[in-house]
Amino acid sequence: MYRIGIDVGGTNTDAIILDEHNQLIHSVKSPTTLDIKTGIVTSLRKVLQEAKVDKTKITHAMLGTTQCTNAIVERKKLAKVGVIRLGFPATASVPPYTAWPQDMVEQLTGNYALVQGGYEYDGQVLGEIDEQEINDLLEKWRDKVETIAVIGVFSSIKNDQELKVRDLIWEAYGENYTVSCSSLIGSVGLIERENATILNSALCHVIEATTTGFANALEAEGIKDVEVYLCQNDGTLMSIEYAKQFPIFTIACGPTNSIRGASYLANIKDTMVIDVGGTTSDIGVLQDGFPRESSVAVEIGDIRTNFRMPDIISVGLGGGSIVRVEGGKITVGPDSVGYKIGEEALVFGGNTMTATDIAVRLGLADVGDKSLVSHIDEGFAKQVQSVISSIIANAIDKMKTSSGDVQIVLVGGGNVIIPAEIPGVADIVKVENGGVANAIGASISQISGQYEQIYIYSRQPREESLKDAEEKAVKQAVIAGAEPTTIKLVEVEEIPLAYHPENATRLRVKVVGKMS
Amino acid sequence: MRYLDQQAIEYIAVGAAFLGTGGGGDPYIGKLMALSAIEKNGPVKLYSVDEIEDEDFFIPSAMMGAPSVLVEKFPKGDEFVKVFQKLAKYLGREKISGTFPMEAGGVNSMIPIVVAAQLNLPLIDCDGMGRAFPELQMVTFNLDGISAAPIAITDEKGNIGIFETIDNKWTERLARTATVEMGASALVSLYSTTGAQIKKSGVHHIVTLSEQIGEIISAKNRDAKDKLEQLLSLTSGYELFQGKITDVIRETKGGFNFGKMNLEGIEMSKDEQMKVYFQNENLLAEKNGQVVAMTPDLICLVDYETLLPVTTESLKYGKRVRVIGLPAHPKWRTEMGIKTVGPRYFGYDYDYAPIEKLISKAVASHV
Repeated sequence: MYRIGIDVGGTNTDAIILDEHNQLIHSVKSPTTLDIKTGIVTSLRKVLQEAKVDKTKITHAMLGTTQCTNAIVERKKLAKVGVIRLGFPATASVPPYTAWPQDMVEQLTGNYALVQGGYEYDGQVLGEIDEQEINDLLEKWRDKVETIAVIGVFSSIKNDQELKVRDLIWEAYGENYTVSCSSLIGSVGLIERENATILNSALCHVIEATTTGFANALEAEGIKDVEVYLCQNDGTLMSIEYAKQFPIFTIACGPTNSIRGASYLANIKDTMVIDVGGTTSDIGVLQDGFPRESSVAVEIGDIRTNFRMPDIISVGLGGGSIVRVEGGKITVGPDSVGYKIGEEALVFGGNTMTATDIAVRLGLADVGDKSLVSHIDEGFAKQVQSVISSIIANAIDKMKTSSGDVQIVLVGGGNVIIPAEIPGVADIVKVENGGVANAIGASISQISGQYEQIYIYSRQPREESLKDAEEKAVKQAVIAGAEPTTIKLVEVEEIPLAYHPENATRLRVKVVGKMS
Repeated sequence: MRYLDQQAIEYIAVGAAFLGTGGGGDPYIGKLMALSAIEKNGPVKLYSVDEIEDEDFFIPSAMMGAPSVLVEKFPKGDEFVKVFQKLAKYLGREKISGTFPMEAGGVNSMIPIVVAAQLNLPLIDCDGMGRAFPELQMVTFNLDGISAAPIAITDEKGNIGIFETIDNKWTERLARTATVEMGASALVSLYSTTGAQIKKSGVHHIVTLSEQIGEIISAKNRDAKDKLEQLLSLTSGYELFQGKITDVIRETKGGFNFGKMNLEGIEMSKDEQMKVYFQNENLLAEKNGQVVAMTPDLICLVDYETLLPVTTESLKYGKRVRVIGLPAHPKWRTEMGIKTVGPRYFGYDYDYAPIEKLISKAVASHV
């Protein structure tokens, strides 16, 4: 029994094969291509040829990809979206697409309608939906839009109106029509949730091409009857069917896979992970093996959203970071020689002093020709190293939640530049096979479910509310493809609402289970 | 007189959120409302207090309720004007010469701009707090005996209520109940005043101050330290602490968010601790067990690097912040001011001491 994991990164597309005990059988890298697809096919073919495993024994294939992110950033292949906001007359002062970049609105055609509907903060009806109004709108939009985003005021408390509108759309346009309901995508905060829902809708063609392309690539290599999954940015997987509904959750799955893969290789579940690349280092925190979630509004392609994203910070420090002395002060990065390190770094015969050259000079790394850096003064090299140390120490401190020294797990091609002693770090664990940590992260992912609602504890006691939320989250996880018996609660967040006379609390829970 | 354009509004939103001392809501939605109002109606005129006539009549406009509701259910857009005109009609005033904010805060600094744009009225450069406070009677006009009532209150559905009350605390009680029924978010017009009353009882220059603060904070390509120095000199403020939030404890009682956060010192404050107590707004700061700032003086949390204001709702473990203390407007430092918004009103067992004194005491004990 084998699993294939593929991760599309900015530079390389990695492919790996794991056995049923999650032992690494083989790994390959090939350059990421402009169309992404060719890189996936190349890596897949290469790993299968080199590993020579019995293809009929491959049971699962997982893909972590940047196609959705790229489509938004590059404004390519996006669908024509119709936006239906339920809540009129409330919310009319800020219509959909306010503060969006104009080129993006043009791509999506900017069609929207504010219609009756929505709920109050306590679940009372703000407005009933008017079926006639919706049906008239759908008649008007027929052939004008390709997908619809439905956003209801306080739909995170009650979403039956959003689902009802989805049914009406399916009645009018057929059940294969893609509809994104905001309650299933973002959290409280209408504008941000609406933006995330619109983006999710806009990605419907991209995700279709991605999933079909991956399935076809597998089939072309003779891999049949496998379970195919896409990676989400919270370190869990989604089935193809689920991914088609929620393409936006693939955004930023790469860094998540990388830090999760590293923690798996190091066999440590609660830790901080530093993935040192050629230009930047990503730092993330794992709690019970999952990345901490970011709490701030996240901008994607200059659009403010609030769907969950991993809390990962990036600093401009990597193996190719350029070392300079300006006015007696040593700087390292944030610019880098990047993928040209093999030509430009001193140890490879180039003319630019990089962080890697310093590591070689100090005997921490053995790459290139070390005689080419022997002229660097040892004292100077040590000073550079202490600059690197303080950049990393500062970044680590930002991610810490308590003052104690932390343990870090170090991965990534540039990890040789990181000194052994860093203030605030108790110990550093370096992992083997760290180079393909992201593909490993993709392959070991689990399946999650999440639920968020405002509960009024004086009416529904806390224990009962928690149970209710957990049950709803479990339902989500099962839909996404989790085995019910393995599902466990991994996260609870409670935020009380200001000015509410009763104990109103926004409650969010997350559960995780193994693939069924 | 000068005009407030899009750039000015962007700055005011940031600066007012800073003066909101953690309360007053997320400036994002308020800003979007104000920006779409001026896009439709053109820039808003801002009058300084010296430019208004004593006998002219003015009505402030504000939003009441939970900021966390506003981010989900925001107004239709015409309620501001409706409630404003309803109160003017009720008062039998044919001519209203302008509007102004009740408090500095992310949302309530923006609502009067929407009203001013929609009605083509001037905005007056003053407010009733110089910061944000949680209750309607916590207004400098109240200190001078000006009645908040009659108050007009409305929701996006079209319900409108008018209250005549026996005192400003009752205005708070009745308006609060109506607000909850209206969906925890309502629009109010109250504290209608004459030009003379604004001159005597308002906190002047606050819109411009917010704008200046916002401009400093928003400056790109400038060092945080540099910007901070300028900010402190503009506001006569003190940097009280540099730290990381290590714990946030919240509790909801009687319709308010009570809470406490613990901060652990970093950089300048290494090995020191701070506790900040809040009720929607930050009210009391203790450093190493010693009070260093208390209400009505302002306790503002800003992001360590960007200096962007941090609202109470977005407090989160691990966030790195600077704690800044500013002296309150002199009207708050009077006996009546302290009685209305001093530490004891909020249930903290301290006699009010101005931040300047607490700072010099802390410095002295350090030496």
